[in-house]
Amino acid sequence: MKKPLLEFTDRGIYCHPAKVYLDPWKPVDKALITHGHADHSRWGHQQYITHNSNVPIIKHRLGDINVTGVNWGKPFTVNNVKFTFYPAGHIIGSSQIKVEHKGEIWVFTGDYKLEDDGVATPYESVKCHSFITECTFGLPAFLWRPQTEVFTDINNWWAQNKANGQTSILFGYSLGKAQRLLKHLDPNIGKIYTHGAIENMTEVLRPLVDFPETELITRDTKKEAIKGNLVLAPPSAHGSTWIRKMVPFVTASASGWMAFRGARRRRAIDKGFVLSDHCDWPSLLKAIKDTGAEKVICTHGYTDIFSKYLRDLGYDARTEATQFEGENAEVNAEPETQESA
Amino acid sequence: MKHFSQLIKTLDGTNKTNVKVAALANYFSAVPDQDKVWTIAILSHRRPPRPVNTRLLREWASELANIPLWLFEESYHIVGDLAETIALVVPSDETATDKSLTQFLQEMIWLKKQEEADKKTYLFANWKQLDYYGRFVFTKLITGGFRIGVSQKLMTRALAKATGIDEDILAYKLMGNWDPNTISFQDLVLEEKASDFLSKPYPFYLAYALEDEPKDLGDVTQWSFEHKWDGIRAQVILRNNELFVWSRGEELVTDKYPEFEAFVGIIPNGTVLDGEILPYPNGEIGTFNDLQTRIGRKTVSKALLKKTPVILKAYDLLEWKGKDCRELPYLERRKLLEQLYSDLTSANNIPLLLSQKMAFSTWEEVAAERETSREKRSEGLMLKKNDSPYLVGRKKGDWWKWKVDPLTIDAVLTYAMRGHGRRSNLFTDYTFALWDKNKEGEKELVTFAKAYSGLTDAEFRKVDAWIKKNTLERFGPVRSVTPHHVFEIAFEGIALSKRHKSGVATRFPRILRWRQDKKIEEANSLEDLKALIPNADVDN
Repeated sequence: MKKPLLEFTDRGIYCHPAKVYLDPWKPVDKALITHGHADHSRWGHQQYITHNSNVPIIKHRLGDINVTGVNWGKPFTVNNVKFTFYPAGHIIGSSQIKVEHKGEIWVFTGDYKLEDDGVATPYESVKCHSFITECTFGLPAFLWRPQTEVFTDINNWWAQNKANGQTSILFGYSLGKAQRLLKHLDPNIGKIYTHGAIENMTEVLRPLVDFPETELITRDTKKEAIKGNLVLAPPSAHGSTWIRKMVPFVTASASGWMAFRGARRRRAIDKGFVLSDHCDWPSLLKAIKDTGAEKVICTHGYTDIFSKYLRDLGYDARTEATQFEGENAEVNAEPETQESA
Repeated sequence: MKHFSQLIKTLDGTNKTNVKVAALANYFSAVPDQDKVWTIAILSHRRPPRPVNTRLLREWASELANIPLWLFEESYHIVGDLAETIALVVPSDETATDKSLTQFLQEMIWLKKQEEADKKTYLFANWKQLDYYGRFVFTKLITGGFRIGVSQKLMTRALAKATGIDEDILAYKLMGNWDPNTISFQDLVLEEKASDFLSKPYPFYLAYALEDEPKDLGDVTQWSFEHKWDGIRAQVILRNNELFVWSRGEELVTDKYPEFEAFVGIIPNGTVLDGEILPYPNGEIGTFNDLQTRIGRKTVSKALLKKTPVILKAYDLLEWKGKDCRELPYLERRKLLEQLYSDLTSANNIPLLLSQKMAFSTWEEVAAERETSREKRSEGLMLKKNDSPYLVGRKKGDWWKWKVDPLTIDAVLTYAMRGHGRRSNLFTDYTFALWDKNKEGEKELVTFAKAYSGLTDAEFRKVDAWIKKNTLERFGPVRSVTPHHVFEIAFEGIALSKRHKSGVATRFPRILRWRQDKKIEEANSLEDLKALIPNADVDN
């Protein structure tokens, strides 16, 4: 039997004829990188190839690396295999990677969402034979509302807290979610303060996107100055001594997991806003249908359940074990990985 | 119902008790009286009987959501709450006109009597029209067990705030049997009528566990001591030649314990006793395991009554000669109780005993008495201040429970199940096994207990991650895992049991600590566990 164009190895997704890896989790010579989140762009590769707008992000995160930027929709070949990056809509600079060889077309999504979030370049559907998809939220219980409605709720929440004399602390992952929140917060309500991790990443992205002004909270920031305003912080800041300076405050988290009441209660957060940079259930099904793919490989999320349902629908679907984590970093829940059964 | 689902949404949107109380108090001030009554009923677990069983709910929800039943079931295992799962998966046009909470509940009472097809039509119509919180609340009302992070105590506090009526008085009024479908807010909360109080119990006074050294409580002679009996806390009421038995969960259990009918005519009317229902086979206190055969049975067979009779071990008197005597000091109430007992014409013929009151002159003697607890089939000691009134609810200071240290054993994690509520989507409910030898003389692991408390959230997350990566087999929500981790399991009591595969039943097992230093070979054996059973029980 001939080898598949993309194989799942212990180093990552490998394209044998091209001798390159896609989002590998162990050090390799040549790595094609979909986006800047830590589980997709790891340290230690000899060469990184990624979209131009992801270059400053991974340089910021990984330091002095050998990285080449490419454009969306511009094919390039490696050892006679044709690769093309297309926008994935997940976060700024996130791509899907199309791989073509001897008439066979595969697409690897990395992480993606269909809704235009106003920050990341929107997802483009790419026709293919085999589609490698995430399914972080691959359950019918996940159904996102349009983000304009969610941001109306978030801004109303902030305004209400301010009226009550309380500071609003909004938790979101420092790369991606934080900038999406920032872009749609209403600066007319008050000032937007940031945690260091978010401030630094946002600085890196300011040349690419127009964001509202932010102010970094430092040792010199006056407690009274923060009151009633909004603080953007990474989820890890919850429960830390750092947030004591914001008392009195109310907390909220923006994540797909907030769809579950249990997830919010577990983290002892006041308010949960259901906002994700991943596909919800109908988006996953639509994305897969639109590619025209017959073969679907599910890499992370509720892979067993989702692939079983795809088989019910008539797809040739299976799961493969990877070390991608989806949105788990945001709720401190551990990833649902490939099961042996 | 908009008001009510908005209230639930607000309660859901905060983690702070005072915000919850304020939201509830505002709600109570704003809604019509009958909605108030139903709200009180729901938040004190007095919902109407379930009109549709959960199997039908699951089938119909998956049909409306246009997904296969297996996919709905998988989603339910992960979401961890049926009403929440249904609210999430069924589509809606959110065009519902606003019916009141009362109307919804009256419809549910009506619904119970309808044909299956009509039930389905009714559910589809409502699911299709209500918004997310509306669907969640509506379905929650059908499935029952309305647990949404609002305790009855919190609700009572809010109602006190809204009405200006004292919280303890309200707690008393809201107890007992009342029907939200017929009672008015005026009658339930605002007015006081003597006839309403015939069956009413008093709120139980509950003790906190002693955390500090007992000698920190001061002069030992200011305290009285009793054994802490391991049965069902109960209040027995005799008024107007009628008997009412209430469990601590505010459940009227008179019918479950017909033995106590013998009290009528012997214990004077106008008496309320606080005590413990205990199994009493062969004329002595049995194990909690014995009592398990009685709990949960609505009707009791003659054979069972004979095999496992119960008695009331009384330890307090709350009403004497028709008067509330809770304000009297403990010692005076106790004297009245002893007087009442000795005045009974035929105390020997009724299943009533007094819990022995003890006094000690040093704390060392108290500690020595506590050491005898297990052989006396008690859980430890109760410490009661001599001058303490009978308070309402769990209060610190006057009463303490000083339990014996639990028994412990090291066991291996073998199965895991996803938790519910704040633990939904996390594997937090575990099954543990001990080593045994099978017929061929090979070592094998035998399940002995389930436990789902005792680890920190961080530990649960770690174990959860490990389970997801080390699953052997899946059985619906349950997974078998590679035997690898050892946990120290604590439990209060132990007895032989025919109902358990291991032949041993443990009482209130929970995780004491994660023994990451131990390999599974170092876990205990079933034999080690059996060695912990008191000798007297093994001989039986």
